[in-house]
Amino acid sequence: MPQYLFLLYDDESRWAAPTDEEIAAEMARHGAFAEAVAAAEGAQILGGEALQSTQTASTLRRDAADAEPLLTDGPFAETKEALGGYYLVEARDLDQALELAKVCPVSQGGVEVRPIWKIG
Amino acid sequence: MTRGGDAVGTALEEAHRAQWPVLVATTVRVLRDLDAAEECVQDAFASALRAWRTDGVPANPAAWLTTATRNRATDRLRRLATERRALPALVGEAERLTRDGLPSSPAGEATDEGEDLLRLVLLCTHPALSPEARLALTLRAVCGVPTAQVARVMLTSEPTTAARLTRAKKKIAAAGIPLRLPGPADRHERVAGALDVVHLVVTCAHESPGADDGLAARALLLARALVRLAPEETEARGLLALAVLTGARDAARRSPDGSVVLLADQDRSRWDRAAVAEGLALVQRLMPHPAGRFTLQAAIAAEHARAPDAARTDWPQVLRLYDALLAEWPTPVVALNRAVAVAEVDGPLAGLRAIEAVAADPALARYPWLPAARADLRRRSGDRSGALADYRHALVLAADPADRAFLQGRLRELAG
Repeated sequence: MPQYLFLLYDDESRWAAPTDEEIAAEMARHGAFAEAVAAAEGAQILGGEALQSTQTASTLRRDAADAEPLLTDGPFAETKEALGGYYLVEARDLDQALELAKVCPVSQGGVEVRPIWKIG
Repeated sequence: MTRGGDAVGTALEEAHRAQWPVLVATTVRVLRDLDAAEECVQDAFASALRAWRTDGVPANPAAWLTTATRNRATDRLRRLATERRALPALVGEAERLTRDGLPSSPAGEATDEGEDLLRLVLLCTHPALSPEARLALTLRAVCGVPTAQVARVMLTSEPTTAARLTRAKKKIAAAGIPLRLPGPADRHERVAGALDVVHLVVTCAHESPGADDGLAARALLLARALVRLAPEETEARGLLALAVLTGARDAARRSPDGSVVLLADQDRSRWDRAAVAEGLALVQRLMPHPAGRFTLQAAIAAEHARAPDAARTDWPQVLRLYDALLAEWPTPVVALNRAVAVAEVDGPLAGLRAIEAVAADPALARYPWLPAARADLRRRSGDRSGALADYRHALVLAADPADRAFLQGRLRELAG
């Protein structure tokens, strides 16, 4: 069965100071997503986490495999919609994965669906 | 049995048009690999060329090609099984293929050639692929058009097209785009997406400078197949009617010197009568309530096909159909064509006002037929210098030699 990483990109300013209601509503939407995956034949969630804001990120850059890495404060790419969380989902095929990605909660951004490269 | 090079060439060409889509469709189901399936079918045609030259054209070319393709697919499965040194499933599949022939499904699901073809078309037109990739893949894998001609038709270079095809096939394999008919909830949307691509194939076949007669025939076969495969879709019949009526005008579309001849100036006695009759009958069945962009376009084409000449066209009806089309499919090119109909109903000045309303659309900024249409209306309203300027502007934008020849002709008439 193919596996897909769902990368959830969203406007992270929403989560600067969320109210209890906002948090509860977001949790409910993730609950609904989990139920949708459970209800889809053959599909399952293999993992997933929410990420702290991009302000907490550190990036090591190097321009060659043997080069000395340069440490910078912040995410690899500065974008308005930032990577805020992920799910690892097993699905029958891309059609089923995309169907599930439609109910994956994102407010002002998008879900990138990337097939996992099974090496070996 | 027929002998002789010419007969072989003709038979082979005809078989390629008619059999390529189904052969690839059934082979890809067995091999689960679009590239491999294309190769098997390609090899089968190459061996047909050699064998038929020697032995003559077989009584049933389709059956000959099916067997030849199946043999190659079987070889491939055996080789794969050996390479992977295990996989009894593959060996079993190869044996089953030898015994039962191509249309045996690995999953044991009931299937037929039509379903195979629909699966292939929906795979190549999958919404997760870019629009350019969908068109290129449909031309190459479904219609069997060589990559070099796909490039000419799509006005890109051959390396670009080859890279685009490779990328698309890689995504199909890596992302797991399934070769499967969609469920009832998605079927309408997926078939509608496929119809959009088939419409582009039809448009390319008739308008692209890189197209030839064979492509129009392939596009028409594909449009016919979709009516058969999705009989519930009115728009599939609308698209077929549009393809038939567009094809009917092919012989009159170019003048002897190769320049474009506009609909109004075409010698209608050169239209294909049988095709016009078929197209009109198809449209008749979609009336009196045409809806959907292809059906409406077909209804407009039918109005032109019915008219003995441009002057005796039912322009008020054409304009009503354009109004409906613009509501259904609001694109600047439709708005421009509607403006031309406005000119026929209410005069060139009304047409010019309608053109002004769309002229600022950035999508038309490099579209030569915008200044060309305006030039014609300016000429008819007595504004000769305005018309000259517009034709010159159109000539700067036009790239197709046939379009350029037409525009140069108009400039000469106006200047002389």
